[in-house]
Amino acid sequence: MLIKRPDPIRPSEITSESNYLNRRQLMAGLAAGIALPACSPQAAELPAEGELANVAKSPYSTDETPNSYEDVTTYNNFYELGTGKSDPARNAQYLKPRPWSIEVSGAAENTGTFDLEDFIKPHQLEERIYRLRCVEAWSMVVPWVGIPLGDILKRFKPTSDAKYVAFKPLVAPEQLPGQRYRTLAWPYREGLTIAEAMHPLTIMAVGVYGRVLPNQNGAPMRLVVPWKYGFKSIKSIVSISFERNEPATSWNMSQPREYGFYANVNPEVDHPRWSQATERRIGGGLFAPRIDTQPFNGYGQEVASLYDGLDLRRYF
Amino acid sequence: MRFIGKPLVFGLSLTPFAWLVAATFGVYGLSLGANPVETLLEDFGTLGLRFTMFALAVTPLRRLTGLNWIAQFRRMIGLFAAFYVTLHFAVYLVLDQGLALAPVIEDIVKRPYITLGMIALVLLLAMTATSTLAARRRLGKRWQKLHNSVYLVGILGVWHYWWQVKSDITEPAIYAAVLTGLLGIRVFWRWQRQRRVKPPVAAASPQSAA
Ligand code: HEM
Repeated sequence: MLIKRPDPIRPSEITSESNYLNRRQLMAGLAAGIALPACSPQAAELPAEGELANVAKSPYSTDETPNSYEDVTTYNNFYELGTGKSDPARNAQYLKPRPWSIEVSGAAENTGTFDLEDFIKPHQLEERIYRLRCVEAWSMVVPWVGIPLGDILKRFKPTSDAKYVAFKPLVAPEQLPGQRYRTLAWPYREGLTIAEAMHPLTIMAVGVYGRVLPNQNGAPMRLVVPWKYGFKSIKSIVSISFERNEPATSWNMSQPREYGFYANVNPEVDHPRWSQATERRIGGGLFAPRIDTQPFNGYGQEVASLYDGLDLRRYF
Repeated sequence: MRFIGKPLVFGLSLTPFAWLVAATFGVYGLSLGANPVETLLEDFGTLGLRFTMFALAVTPLRRLTGLNWIAQFRRMIGLFAAFYVTLHFAVYLVLDQGLALAPVIEDIVKRPYITLGMIALVLLLAMTATSTLAARRRLGKRWQKLHNSVYLVGILGVWHYWWQVKSDITEPAIYAAVLTGLLGIRVFWRWQRQRRVKPPVAAASPQSAA
């Protein structure tokens, strides 16, 4: 796979260290007749905790400054660990992300149950520094570590019937105490069209800040779809299924008028109860102004074409 | 108790404010967390609603326990409700929205939960402005009418909270239950009073409780 630069080069990127490295890597790869990193994968080792080794940089990373590790790991939504934004960090110890297995089912040739380690091993880990926009109108910049979801899914050889991919997390109230309360219909359910799932921006994340993903962020592996509201990026996944029809998704089931299947970041389509035109970037302190929300969270160049001809007001 | 009561209640009521100010400046390692604007907004809103409830609790508590001297704190507690709701609004207007008037007006007009909050704030400010003894004398009967709107503020406050929750309604439901108790006991007392005063034929109608 040849890596295409996602954006025209902005002046601010030219001096950026990570992009400088990316370009060097890319050119070295091209000179050798291959494109890094997808074609020269370093088998990914996934320890239970600590640093991740052999993490490649990616041209898809933003050069915006990431939020602190503390902000990323103490302020988020993960209703299975509580509805407050500091609850996931507080209840993180209940979740046991090892051993872990994933069931792959539906319209694909290779289905079955896989150990987490086998699931991850054939791939090269990449750092992806992405903007994350929550539907609640706050945002962060997060240095994820993960694998393009499409590379993983291809190994299961989806058939032509696979139009959608559905995901589910672990259901185990003793590990995810929020599941004792019916704040949502458990299991949490999410889904993508096959084109969205195969898009190179979509990753399965197993780490953050170069380290193994902490429990509160959805250990041991979670989706990251940076142009969609955060609730699409389902955590602690145990089930992946290739589907013919659009799968039901949790927030849509709970409030169909407020949360759609697509949930693309869109400043022009307000949530019925609040505006989506602006967002509060976490980490700016008390006096930082709100910033304008970008269509597709600023990833429109890469993904807008997925939705050609789709009425984004109707399919929100 | 008669002499230290008011300073004590004043000090206790101001403590959460002092705590949040300390956290704002990082005193004693306190912190407002990753999203300080949201923390202040939500904490001042919660305090405003709690003090509204405390103000509504004074009379039932006095009648149930016979501690008549607690009536003297009612005005101060009500003023603290207005104080915290005003801070809640100020955080929203200045820190959250950065004084951008267009989105604020849009919020007030388009988002019902904010409309309700705005009505409650105006009522609280009207009660604050007429909280002095002089204003009470000047307004006569109308004073009581105006200040009865504290019941409405309680209802609007809970409703405002309920309406903004994404899916977990536990907390607003607790406030709603407490409020139902505080208003329900008044309805019950009024119904009892009417039964005693009115001739038996009229009292037979259960609608008189409503
Ligand atoms: C102009 C008037 C008001 C405005 C503009 C306003 C605005 C807001 C906003 C924007 C939120 C945060 C919503 C969110 O986090 O998504 C909020 C929360 C809240 N407000 Fe207000 N509000 C107003 C008046 C009031 C009043 C009068 C009360 C109580 C008597 C109140 C009590 C609350 C409570 C309890 C919360 C929830 C706090 C939490 O989530 O823990 N607000 N308000």
